[in-house]
Amino acid sequence: MTDTLTTETTTDLFSKFDPLIQQRQALLDTGVTDPFGLVMEKVLSPTTAICSGRETILLGTYNYMGMTFDPDVIAAGKQALDEFGSGTTGSRVLNGTYAGHRAVEDALKDFYGMDHAMVFSTGYQANLGIISTMAGKGDYIVLDIDSHASIWDGCKMGDAEVVPFKHNDIEAMEKRLKRIPAGAGKLVILEGVYSMLGDIAPLKEMIAIAKAHGAMVLVDEAHSMGFIGPNGRGVAEDQGVLDQVDFVIGTFSKSVGTVGGFCVSNHPKFEILRLVCRPYVFTASLPPSVVHTAATSIRKLMHGEAKRAHLWENSRTLHGALKAKGFQLGTETPQSAIISVIMPDLQRGAAMWEALLHEGLYVNLARPPATPAGMTLLRCSLCAEHSAEQVQTIIGMFERAGKAMGII
Amino acid sequence: MDRATIAARIAELIEPFNKKGIAITDDVTFAGDLEWDSLTVMDFVAAIEDEFDIIISMNQQAEIETYGQLIDAVEKLQG
Repeated sequence: MTDTLTTETTTDLFSKFDPLIQQRQALLDTGVTDPFGLVMEKVLSPTTAICSGRETILLGTYNYMGMTFDPDVIAAGKQALDEFGSGTTGSRVLNGTYAGHRAVEDALKDFYGMDHAMVFSTGYQANLGIISTMAGKGDYIVLDIDSHASIWDGCKMGDAEVVPFKHNDIEAMEKRLKRIPAGAGKLVILEGVYSMLGDIAPLKEMIAIAKAHGAMVLVDEAHSMGFIGPNGRGVAEDQGVLDQVDFVIGTFSKSVGTVGGFCVSNHPKFEILRLVCRPYVFTASLPPSVVHTAATSIRKLMHGEAKRAHLWENSRTLHGALKAKGFQLGTETPQSAIISVIMPDLQRGAAMWEALLHEGLYVNLARPPATPAGMTLLRCSLCAEHSAEQVQTIIGMFERAGKAMGII
Repeated sequence: MDRATIAARIAELIEPFNKKGIAITDDVTFAGDLEWDSLTVMDFVAAIEDEFDIIISMNQQAEIETYGQLIDAVEKLQG
């Protein structure tokens, strides 16, 4: 039948990206620096770097507790490189579990006061793995519509029925839980801090309702670890409901200051996940230097009261000043170490972002689809190592750039 | 509740979301004809769920592209 072969024209699989390619080109054609192409040429400290030859204050790194240059953390990493080599070249369940992987899991158990800890290669994989493995066919996942991409992807990878509710809407969540068929497994997924606007969830009320409806509860505390709560365990601890949370998901790439993800839990059968969770099994484990820096950092964060107090001070000062100068912010009050400045549109947001960069300030430019309600945001994340003086400098930079760009 | 009654109720609910004033027929698509974004879809689905006291999971929503399919789905979910 080879004589009936016809030549078809190839459909370019990339044509679906054309609208985004055009939007990006239109933005760059205005002459603005590519907001997604910044390179840090040299990093001087947790709060300063050289970008395009200019010393720049970093206000968009999630490096909340400033642990990246802590001398003990660095020393632990160097020693691990010498003693264990540059990488494990293997899965956690085969040849990829070293003493350091156990040590960091022990540090997490101590930090949270929980029985089990499981470390993944990234925070993204922690959500992907735990959610897709735990909630299976016939189970229901009830989650906030503003959940992080890793949570949505975990839902998409699994076979459970996925039911979203309006952001932080307690009543909407309860209505959905009520309608789930009797006997079905239920998992409620919440975040402590929602990273786009920097607002926190009413976990106390939501978790009480979830439990009343027989649901298990998973809380992603990526943006609160180390900082929020008396012991830095997160928003659930701060609201006095950590003992009601079945699974806490977190990351090493924010307050801990390296890379990696984890889940901690008191569930008696938790350890079985190590054998059935594919994003845990079918990937290489973290390098020894990373797990040793993480373990050292986590243990130091347990005693971070002074840093936590200073970070709250920074957050209150910046939030109050930007609000007073007329910027529109993502939250009425400072709720976390994230302060989100709402821009009128992408073009002016990108122009303001560039004006700040020229002032010597780096913030995150966040835009749809990562942002809720199609907003363009300049997202600022403060660090415990930002001095009071640096915060005042930042306020001056925002005021000058905001006036020059007609934002205030 | 029969299909006609369900259709009449949904027709009322869709009104505030039909900003472009599209004539609603069974073949009208939510993404294509009505040009709804994900937030509008969420609000509309919530309104339908509350009216009929049902859950339309995202897995089910993926199968519902047209107005006619929505009425069929609600009829089925009503049991």
